[in-house]
Amino acid sequence: MSAPLLELSGVTREHRQGDVVVQALRGVDLSVTPGELVAVMGPSGSGKSTLLQLAGGLDSPTAGRVCVEGRDLAGLSPAQVAAVRRRSVGYVFQDLNLLPSLTAVENVALPLELDGVRGGVARRTARAALDEVGVGALAGRFPDEMSGGQQQRVAIARALVGPRRLLLADEPTGALDSTTGEEVLRVLRARCEAGAAGVLVTHEARHAAWADRVVFLRDGVIVDQSGPVAPAESLLAAGGA
Amino acid sequence: MIRMLLWIVGGGRHGTGGSCLGHTAYAYSVSMSIRHGLLALLQRGPSHGYQLRAEFDAATGATWPLNVGQVYSTLDRLERDGLVVQDGTPDADGRIAYRLTDAGRTEVSGWFGSPVSPKGAPRDELAIKLALAVTTPGVDVLAVVQTQRTATMTGLQQLTRLKARAGDGAEDLAWSLVLDSLVFRAEAESRWLDHCEARVARAATRRPAPGPAAEAAGAATVERSRR
Repeated sequence: MSAPLLELSGVTREHRQGDVVVQALRGVDLSVTPGELVAVMGPSGSGKSTLLQLAGGLDSPTAGRVCVEGRDLAGLSPAQVAAVRRRSVGYVFQDLNLLPSLTAVENVALPLELDGVRGGVARRTARAALDEVGVGALAGRFPDEMSGGQQQRVAIARALVGPRRLLLADEPTGALDSTTGEEVLRVLRARCEAGAAGVLVTHEARHAAWADRVVFLRDGVIVDQSGPVAPAESLLAAGGA
Repeated sequence: MIRMLLWIVGGGRHGTGGSCLGHTAYAYSVSMSIRHGLLALLQRGPSHGYQLRAEFDAATGATWPLNVGQVYSTLDRLERDGLVVQDGTPDADGRIAYRLTDAGRTEVSGWFGSPVSPKGAPRDELAIKLALAVTTPGVDVLAVVQTQRTATMTGLQQLTRLKARAGDGAEDLAWSLVLDSLVFRAEAESRWLDHCEARVARAATRRPAPGPAAEAAGAATVERSRR
């Protein structure tokens, strides 16, 4: 098994409100390896969003360690954490993922250009990333000229453009109808099978079921998990026996 | 290629783990489905029993596999009821083909045109179990809910894995829709479990103190399953 792309060990996050200490996460252990899609399920207030923010270096734990590609984020300077966010981590949110004034290919190329990649190279890499999620033909379109499902594909392409391999998705299908949402999850799953590591936060069981493992959060604690699931081939073989 | 659903659906029933779907008590009369299923297949043209069985299994992903005896006894009843007739003489292997009568054709369109209704109240083992759990002292209801939720999710993941693999052909579409039916049932169960959990948690915080011992037991139950 390859080394985890994301590793949370004993992660606790407390928020202080006056004299009251609220524990958003308590002693969470979670690792995600390349090729794996992990879903995090829980009711609102269970700590899902906090977990995602910690995983992406947007927040720091009160206790415990968060490692991305083997690097403990606590040991890095703010500039180094920002670089990890640019080069290693991509986000997909429920909506408003794309800058409305940029075309699809420009949106995907943006993180590369911000990281100093030259324009032509960035655009070619972005174009390839769009092809990988099946929307290469829409490279020149602006977000308002695309459907919700197409925009989410572009967002996935941007999240995994260039060297980025850790994809953090927060309810990415929340604004989509059932069939379109399923198409987006198919793309997400395919990108993970191609070597990315994905964390999918959702409250929909049907969407979480696309993951290899599903982690259940309650009041900041992982209470249980399901999976990994046997590959389809072995399910078929078992049925045919 | 599509013979695994029996395994998925049957896994939980025999307590072998790995699946949530086995306990689902299908509310619809299977014998009724066979009868109408065979009539619907005969709408495509005359066919004999072995062929009908293969076509039924192919269309439903072998979720409710038929044995050939069931098929022939059903055909006998359909013939008795005037919905099918024997079509010509037996073939070289002695197999007799059947075709629809006009009455059979009317029956098929009536079946497709009407909604399926549950046959009475099915016994749902999970609902019974939870109903007993909330009324039996000392049972950790939230743990019961979580155990079921994990099993339901595992089944849902297996179904999704199979769905991801389905292609675009007509048979794959049929199979994929059968899978979807199971997916939506499992999802409904999962949502119902969320609902149960919220209701149980709320009841635990609101419950008036019935007595010190009972109250302590209730609080401990909630606390334990939250850890």
